[in-house]
Order: sequence, then C-alpha cells, then structure tokens
Amino acid sequence: MMERSYEKYFRENRLPHIWCPGCGNGLAMKAIVMAIEEKGLSQDETVIVSGIGCSSRASGYMDFDTLHTAHGRAIPFATGIKLANPKLHVIVITGDGDCTAIGGNHFIHGCRRNVDLTVIMFNNEIYGMTGGQGSPTTPLGRLTTTAPYGTSVRPFDACHIAMAAGATYVARSTAYHVRHLAKLIGEGIDNKGFSFIEAYVQCPTAYGRKNRLGDGGAMMKWMRDNAVQLSAWEKLPEEKRQGKFPIGCFLKREAEDFNMAYNELVNRAGGAR
Amino acid sequence: MSVFTIREERCKGCGICVTFCPKQVLEVDELSKVHAVRKEDCIGCGQCELLCPDFAIFVDKVDKEAAK
Repeated sequence: MMERSYEKYFRENRLPHIWCPGCGNGLAMKAIVMAIEEKGLSQDETVIVSGIGCSSRASGYMDFDTLHTAHGRAIPFATGIKLANPKLHVIVITGDGDCTAIGGNHFIHGCRRNVDLTVIMFNNEIYGMTGGQGSPTTPLGRLTTTAPYGTSVRPFDACHIAMAAGATYVARSTAYHVRHLAKLIGEGIDNKGFSFIEAYVQCPTAYGRKNRLGDGGAMMKWMRDNAVQLSAWEKLPEEKRQGKFPIGCFLKREAEDFNMAYNELVNRAGGAR
Repeated sequence: MSVFTIREERCKGCGICVTFCPKQVLEVDELSKVHAVRKEDCIGCGQCELLCPDFAIFVDKVDKEAAK
C-alpha cells in the first residue's frame, strides 16, 4: 500500500486517538489535514490552536506547531500568535461548548475584530468529555445528563452568531461530507479575515446513546439524509425544512482584517519604535 | 479487485465502514477489529477509507491483470 499523503500531518506515535469508537472528530480532523494539504501549507508555518474538550484533543495528534490552551481561550491565544507573526497560518480547533459557552465572548469579539484566523468548531451538540451535559447547541427537547427530561432552552446557531458578529467567511458541513468539509475549510484558509466553519460531528457515546440515535454509522446516515445543500435549502418550503439543516458556505464578504487595521493605527500614531 | 490494508492497532470496531460499504464486504469480529471477509465483492468505491474516523482502513484498487 502507498502511504496516504495526509498521514505525514499526523503524529504517528500519538495514534490511535482517544476519541470513542464511532466519534466524528477523527473525520473532521481528516478534513482539516486534507484542506491543509490541498492548500500546500508548510508544517513549519502553520499553527494549530485548540481549547479544551474532546474536539480540542485534535491539536495533539497533528504534526504542526500546536498549542492546547485554556478552556474557551483558543481564539485569544490564536489572535496573539497572528499579531506577533502575521506570516503564520493560524487554525483554531474548538468545540461547541468551548466556542459558544465558555469562550462565547472571545468568539464574538474574534469575529468582530476580523482577525485572520480559520476557526473550525466541532459541533457534537453536547459536552462529551465531561459526561454528556447539555451544551448551548443541544437541540430543544434532547436528553442530556443535565436535562434528563429534555432541554427546555433553545439552541444557538453558531453560524448565525458568526455572521451577526462580523466574521468574513461562514460555512457549515458535517462529518459525513468529509470532502465537502475539506473544501470549505480550504476556502476558509484562503479567506483573509475571520473564517468560521462549523463541522457537525456525531457523539454516539454521550449524545447518541442518551437520545437513542444509534451508533456512529446510524448518526452519519442521519446527516447524509438530513443535511441539505444551501442552494436546495433556499428553495425548500418552510414545512419541508422541519428536522433538516443547511450545509454549505453561508457568507463571504470583504472587510479589513485586524493585522492591517492595527498596522494602520501604528503608522497613524507615528510608527513602532 | 481491491487490496485492503487494515491497521488493526488503530481500528476500534465502530462499524462505520461496515455501515457504508455498498457491497457488505466488511465485518467486525468479536475483538472489535474490522476484516474484509468478501474481498471479491469490493467495487473499490473507497467509502470505508474516506469515512473511517480512525485512519485504520485503506483500500487500493488494483488492475486485474497486474494482480495475476
């Protein structure tokens, strides 16, 4: 067998990873390295920054300069890296709890500043690592260990938050659509500004088991059957949208990124000494 | 005809490859490792490799003549 070209981006001695059998995080990680390979980013000039959670373990398996930071604080660390050394490609891996709950403010202000980062949020709709507590993206009525009779609070749509907060590239795909996800991540890397990509992944252990959604394969079949490409979603009448969700690139816009704005400010103030 | 490479140390027996194989080529054994039990039925679509979250299964399509 010819070794697959993406394997060189993994830390071989760290595999197999700790994610549960059937977990979709491995697929999202695969999509990231596929995108990095396609864009031809150098391993020495790419930095992977992650927060805390199942998703954020990914930085340990990837052979780049990696940083595993404090809970919810991946975006501030990444902002620092990008400001200190603008030639680096900075990719942030975060989870739904890490990004929208613990790091919620960092997330919206990262979008607002339009720092040139590529943020990939692995959304498994639950806190997997700590035992299945409800997260801000847990859909209404779903069972979690903190909501044994079902959640009573509406979930966040992280893509909507990113769009409203000022991100310049916003997209969503799923663990089933690996190639599509890789393509969107690649577009996010190309975008100069804050790129947000939501990777919908399955958590069969904490979320699937509690809600009787079956194993990893069954949850991926659900993604295959219920994820609708954005162009088709827009034509779908409201009653047919029930239970389905759109995937694809939601937004792409031009705006000055933080590094440029900051350099201008430095010049206006008389230059750096 | 396809050649399977299964890295057993990585396989966790989640069965995603078994679920998505259109020809039921694969089976997970009692030790939670996947095996290609009906190799001759494989059409080389590569779904198992693409959708394996553990980077454990690789399938290479080989030319029938070259394999002889």
